[in-house]
Amino acid sequence: MTEAIDAPEPVRLWTRASRTLAQLRPQRVGLRTRILLIFTMGFLVLSIFLAAITFSFAKSTLVNQRDRSNVEQAYRDAGVALNDLRSSPASAQPVIDTLSRLGIGFPLLNYHDDWTAGSARFGPEAVPALLKDRVLIDGVPARMIVTLDGEAVMIIGIPIPEVGAAYFEFSSLSEINSTLRSVALSLMFAGFITTLFGVVLGTVASRRVVKPLGDAAQAAKAIAGGRLDTRLETTDDHDLKLLADSFNDMASALQQRVERDARFASDVSHELRSPLMTLAASVEVMQARRDEMPERAQAALDLLVGDVIRFQGLVEDLLEISRFDAGAIRLHLEDLPVAEFVRQAIGVSSLPQTPLTVTERAERLVMHVDRRRLARVVANLIDNARLHGGGEPEAIVSEAENEGEPIGHVWIAVEDHGSGVPLDERHLIFERFARGAVAGRRSSSDGAGLGLALVDEHVRLHGGNVWVEDRLDGEPGARFVIELPAEEVRP
Amino acid sequence: MAGVGTRILTVEDDERIRTAVKLALEDEGWTVDEAGSGEEAIELFHRGSPDVVLIDIMLPGIDGFELCRHLRKTSDVPIVMVTARADTHDVVAGLEAGADDYLTKPFAPKELSARIRALLRRIRPMSPGHSKLVFGDLEIIPDEGKVTRGGTELHLTKTEFRLLVELAHSPGRVFSRESLLDKVWGYDYFGDGRLVDVHIRRLRTKVESDAANPRHVVTVRGLGYRLQS
Repeated sequence: MTEAIDAPEPVRLWTRASRTLAQLRPQRVGLRTRILLIFTMGFLVLSIFLAAITFSFAKSTLVNQRDRSNVEQAYRDAGVALNDLRSSPASAQPVIDTLSRLGIGFPLLNYHDDWTAGSARFGPEAVPALLKDRVLIDGVPARMIVTLDGEAVMIIGIPIPEVGAAYFEFSSLSEINSTLRSVALSLMFAGFITTLFGVVLGTVASRRVVKPLGDAAQAAKAIAGGRLDTRLETTDDHDLKLLADSFNDMASALQQRVERDARFASDVSHELRSPLMTLAASVEVMQARRDEMPERAQAALDLLVGDVIRFQGLVEDLLEISRFDAGAIRLHLEDLPVAEFVRQAIGVSSLPQTPLTVTERAERLVMHVDRRRLARVVANLIDNARLHGGGEPEAIVSEAENEGEPIGHVWIAVEDHGSGVPLDERHLIFERFARGAVAGRRSSSDGAGLGLALVDEHVRLHGGNVWVEDRLDGEPGARFVIELPAEEVRP
Repeated sequence: MAGVGTRILTVEDDERIRTAVKLALEDEGWTVDEAGSGEEAIELFHRGSPDVVLIDIMLPGIDGFELCRHLRKTSDVPIVMVTARADTHDVVAGLEAGADDYLTKPFAPKELSARIRALLRRIRPMSPGHSKLVFGDLEIIPDEGKVTRGGTELHLTKTEFRLLVELAHSPGRVFSRESLLDKVWGYDYFGDGRLVDVHIRRLRTKVESDAANPRHVVTVRGLGYRLQS
């Protein structure tokens, strides 16, 4: 019963352990490492297995050979002992002497239960009782391998019943051991080489396996970065072909959708242009006769004119942003003096009287930009200040670097006297149709629309940045800054 | 009111736009003829000989480019193209087909009037004694609107001629795109530089013996253009 109660605990432990393992494995050990580990482990196990087989085969072969020759030798020596004992049955000592003379190292003779040894070290005490019993009592030849003083020794016992004796012979196996040791050493070396080979093979294999994944990852990154026509190379490899084909299918589908969306926005704005054209021309005709109209019609006409202009702006912005989405923007870059450019851009904006301050160093700055696009950026910032910043903005052109440093960037800033932009809305304000709580509060009807989103897109396309911060002089109001690469021109 | 009696031929297939633009242009004091297609425009053009032609590029049948090229074969009349968007190849293609200026839809008719006025402006009168400007084999007689190369008269459009005379007024001086846009087209700082580039190209095919290696109308890299002998 206890078992039944205890059972959930190890189960839970195991699940937890395996879950932890599952969590850890893919994170801690990458695919490449895993492949490498598998190869290394595989080759290690294989080499250990092969070495073990080789070693045991070598050992048994060596021992068998030695065994056979030792047994033959022992029988020959037992024959010598039999002859000697027959001719002089009085003592066993002459037998031992004869054998010693013949070069037999360690003979031992049991003659009528008396022991005579050729060497003090290999006396009767060295023979295990089991072997003695087999030979002396059972009267059958036997052999045994024992360890004497750390040395492997083979003892062969042969009964000589004709004269009531038994002959034992010791032979050292140490040279077999040293041979086996060098065999083991070579096998270990071979195993090491094999494992090393496994590591190399594993590295190569893992690289080859991971490379298509790396290619796919790079392609995916390129697509995410806007290069929608990126595709994987098709291969003959069946497994990789599956990956490449499905990846390319996905990329094509994605490209089609993105292009369709962009085209839709572009088509919509195109379709809107024709009625807008009629509206713009008709409104102008009516405006020329404004004085002839009754007061209420005049008020209505003013609303109409204002919104036709706003509508035109929206359609233009929508078209421009759809060009960004389609990646169809081509910049006409040229070198322009910053101060002169900003002066001109303010001049064609909705508040041409906006005051401009240019720092001394910034007067000498030149930037590499698309003049018409960047003019819209400035115009949009001024529009934004006009609509949300309590009117009457100021523009400031200054160098981005501190005094004494070489100038690499210029700041074109528009400061207003509105309520500013709260910290948590400062990045949202550059999103499309972003009407933050503040944007909504600041203006009754004119939304942020696409103006600031376009500023962001244009500036980034020019390799610059745009952000909003508090006014530098501490008064309430927002300061929109665009930072663009610029160079100082020596006069 | 500008140029009473000046006739404008508007070619536009959308009847509502055509009517609205006609109303607005008539308010500006122009006389307006309407054509709904390229074919109709050609017929009207030969009957009425307008002073300016306004062509929408997107036309059924003969399109705007083709109409423009057709008119250019026989006439130096100022042509204003109406394109859908400013950043496509349409603008350059329209200018290369022979248009003098372009507008993008939707435009304010007041803006169109300003463009037309700029195109119809007379060239500045020459100072006395300089009635003939000579640049190598090129001879320009501004007051007569005549240009000859090696004695043969060249046929320039009005805008090409004004561009050439503008360059010829200060021989050797480099004119920036902006100053040419201002002097010839009446554009401010934000005029489209492609107007100048394409007109220079067109001018070269007429005044240069080898337009690919111009001797007279020379590009000064990064600065602009210059006229030399």
